[in-house]
Amino acid sequence: MQTINFLKPNRDNIKNYSIIGSVLILISLIDVISNSFLKTNLTSFLPGSLTTLFPLILGLIGLNMMRIDYSGNKKLDLLNKNINTNNFNALLTLLIIFSIIKALPPSLSWMILDANISGDSKDACTGTGACWTYIKVWFRRFMYGMYPNEFHWRINTAFILVIALGFVGYFMKENLKKYLALYYVIIYPVIAYLVIYYLISGGSFGLQWVETGAWGGLSLTFIVSFFCLIFCFPLGMIFALGRRSNLPAIKYISICYIEFWRGVPLITVLFMSSVMFPMFLPEDFFMDKLVRVIIAITLFEAAYCAEVIRGGLQSLPRGQYDAAKSLGMGYWKMHIFVILPQALKLVIPGIANTFLALVKDTPLIFVVGLAELAGMLALAKTNPKWLGFAMEGYIFASIIFWIICYAMSKYSYNLEAKYKTER
Amino acid sequence: MNNIIKKFIPQILAILVVVLIFGFLTMNAQTNMDNRGIDFGFGFLSQESSFDVQFSLIEYSGSDSYARAFLVGLLNTLLVSLISIIFCTILGVIIGVARLSSNYLIKNSAAWYVEFFRNIPLLLQIFFWYYAALRALPLPEKANAWFGVTYMTVKGYYIPAMVWENLNVFLYCGLAAIISIIVLRNYANNLRDTKGKQIPVLLYSIALLIVLPLLSFLFGGVSLEFELPQLKKLSKISYIYEGGISLPPELIALVLALSLYTSTFVAECVRAGIEGVSKGQKEAAASVGLTPNQVLKLVIMPQALRIIIPPTTNQYLNLTKNSSLAAAIAYPDLVLVFAGTALMQTGKAIEIVSITMLTYLTISLTIAAIMNWYNKKIEIKEK
Repeated sequence: MQTINFLKPNRDNIKNYSIIGSVLILISLIDVISNSFLKTNLTSFLPGSLTTLFPLILGLIGLNMMRIDYSGNKKLDLLNKNINTNNFNALLTLLIIFSIIKALPPSLSWMILDANISGDSKDACTGTGACWTYIKVWFRRFMYGMYPNEFHWRINTAFILVIALGFVGYFMKENLKKYLALYYVIIYPVIAYLVIYYLISGGSFGLQWVETGAWGGLSLTFIVSFFCLIFCFPLGMIFALGRRSNLPAIKYISICYIEFWRGVPLITVLFMSSVMFPMFLPEDFFMDKLVRVIIAITLFEAAYCAEVIRGGLQSLPRGQYDAAKSLGMGYWKMHIFVILPQALKLVIPGIANTFLALVKDTPLIFVVGLAELAGMLALAKTNPKWLGFAMEGYIFASIIFWIICYAMSKYSYNLEAKYKTER
Repeated sequence: MNNIIKKFIPQILAILVVVLIFGFLTMNAQTNMDNRGIDFGFGFLSQESSFDVQFSLIEYSGSDSYARAFLVGLLNTLLVSLISIIFCTILGVIIGVARLSSNYLIKNSAAWYVEFFRNIPLLLQIFFWYYAALRALPLPEKANAWFGVTYMTVKGYYIPAMVWENLNVFLYCGLAAIISIIVLRNYANNLRDTKGKQIPVLLYSIALLIVLPLLSFLFGGVSLEFELPQLKKLSKISYIYEGGISLPPELIALVLALSLYTSTFVAECVRAGIEGVSKGQKEAAASVGLTPNQVLKLVIMPQALRIIIPPTTNQYLNLTKNSSLAAAIAYPDLVLVFAGTALMQTGKAIEIVSITMLTYLTISLTIAAIMNWYNKKIEIKEK
C-alpha cells in the first residue's frame, strides 16, 4: 500500500511534489509582489498577523516539497544545493527575496519615478521623490568648490596632465626603465607639484591667482590624496628600513615615529596641523593651511605605509639577505638591488589598501575648514534657498565615493591575485 | 675602526637630526608664545571651565574644572566606543559566518553588505545618519512607541530608566554567581580529567546565573522599578519626553555609523579566521569520535579564535580612534569637548592638543601591549 508522505518527498513522486511546490512558491511570490507593487492585499480574508506570515509559510512548505536529494533534474538539484539545503536556509532565502521585493518599489519611486531633475530652483521639486535638481544646480560646486566657474578648465587640464605624466612609465623605452623608480619617487612628484601650482593656483603666465581657500569639492579630495599618496610612500619606506635596522638609535627613532602616528586619530593630527603647528613655525613664516594639512596627512599615512612595507621586508627569506651580502654588497646596494624590488612587489596589495584608507580619510579635512566634498555638502545643506535636501546630497556623495573606493579595492584585489601566482 | 665609524656615524646623525628638529620647533614655539604673551603650563586644568556639555555620564556643570570637562569627554568617547564595539561584534560575526554560508543568496548579500559599507567614507556615513536619516524621524508628540515603552523621535531615543534599590546586593549576588560558575567549571574539568565523568556545566551555570540574582530579589531587599518616559508639553507647539533615559541623536548616529562600518572589517576577520582552519583538522577531529558540537567547540573555535582575535582587536582600536569623528556632528566626545570648546576658551593649543593625543596614544598602546601579551600566550609552541 502506498502512503502519501507529505513531509518526505522523494524521487518517486518528484513530479507531483515539484509542481505543487512551485505553485505554492509562485502564489507566495504573487502575494508579496501584489502587496508591494500594487498595494493590494490578496489575503485580507485571513486574520491579523497571519496575513503577513502567509506568503512565508506557503513558500516554506513549497520549498520543503521541492527538497529532493539526487532528483536527477539538474536545475532542481542546483537550486536545492544553493538556496534550499534545509528549512533554516529556505527561510532565510525567502526572507531575503521578500525583503528585496518589499524594498524595491519605495526606493525606485523615491530615486527615479517620483524624482525631479528639471528646472534650476527649489520650486521645480514638487514630487514626493528625490530632488536631483539640487545636485544638478550644485554639481559644479560639489566638483570644484568655490573655484571661479570660468577657470574650471585649469583644474581639468592639470588633472589630465598629471594623469598623463603618471602613465609615462608604461611607454618608456627598455633602456630607460632602470630610471623608472627615480622618475616616480623624485621627478614625478616635483613635476606634478609644479603643474598643480602653476595651473590651479595660477599667479603667473597670465593666469589669475586663486587662493587655496577657494579650492574645494571633489577636486580637492583628489589633490590632497594625490600628494599624500606620492609623498607618504618614500617616507614610509625610510621608516620601514629604519625599523628593521640593527642600529639601535635609528631603530628606536623609527619605532617611536611609527607607533606615535598609529596611536592617534587623524582628526587630532588635523587639529594639530591647524591650531598647534603654526605656533612651531618661525615668526614671519606663513604656511598655507592646505599645505599644512597635506603634510599632516602624509606624516600620518607614512606610518601605516611603513608597517605594510615592513611586513614585506620581513616575509623575504633570510637567504636573500645572506646571498646579497656574500656577493659583497653593502647595505644600500643590497637593499636597492635585491631586497626592495622583491619586497615592494609583495606589498603592492597592502599599499593599495593603505591608499584606499587614505582616500576614505580625506573627507576629514572638512573638520579644519577645508571645503572638500563633505564640506561643500554641509555648505549647500545650510543654504537658505536649498534647505531640506541633505538626503540627496549625502546619497550623491556616497555613490561617488563608493565608486572610487570600490574600483580601488577591486584593483588591489586583482593585483593581489596577479602577484600571488607569480611567486 | 672602520666598523665602529660605520655603526656610529649614522646613529649620531639621526639623533642630531631629531634633536635639531625638536630644538628648532621648541625655540620657535618659545619665541611665538613670548611674543603673544602666552605662558606654557597645565594650571588651567583646575580653573573653572564655564561651559556646558549637553550630554554627560557624570555630574557636570559650568562651574566644574577643565579637568572634569576632560573626564566628561573621555567617558563619552569610551561610552560610544563600547556600545559600537558590542554592536559591531554581533553584526560582524553574523555577516562573517553568513559569507561562508552554502546558501547563494545569503553569501552574496553578506558580500554586498561588506562591499557597500566598507567603501563609503565613515564621515559621510555619520553625516548621512545624522543629517538625513535621523532627521526624518517623527516629532516627540507624533512618535509611536517601540516595544510599548521606548520612543524614537527626532530629538533622540527615549528609553525607560531602571530605578534600583539595594543595587549593591544584586551586584554581589551576580559576582557570587560568576565566581561559583568558575569554581564549578574547574571542578568539572578536574572530574573529567581524573575520573572521566562529565557533568552538564552549561545547564548548572545558567541555573546559577538565574537563581542567585533571583534570591537577592526575594530575600536581599532588592527591588527594581522602571521609570517610563512621559510626554510633556513645554509650550504650545513644543513637546518633550521626561523621565527615563534619553539618548541624543548624535550618539545614535555615531553608534549606527561606527558599528555598520566596523562590522564589515570584523566580518572579514571572522571569515578569514574560520577559513584559516584547515579542513583536515575538522576531519581528524570527527574521525577520533568527537560530536559536531565538540568539533566546533574543542577544535575549530580555539584555532579560529587565534587567527580572529588579533586583527579584530585592531579593528576595535580603529573604532575607538574613529569615534573622534564625533566632533563633526557635535557629539561631546573628547575631541569636541577638550580639543574644541576648551581650546577655544583657553587658547592653550599646545597643551590641549598634546593631552588629547597622549590620551588616545595611551589607550592604543595599552591595548597593543595587552594584545602582544595575549599573542605570546596563545602562540603555538612548536618543538
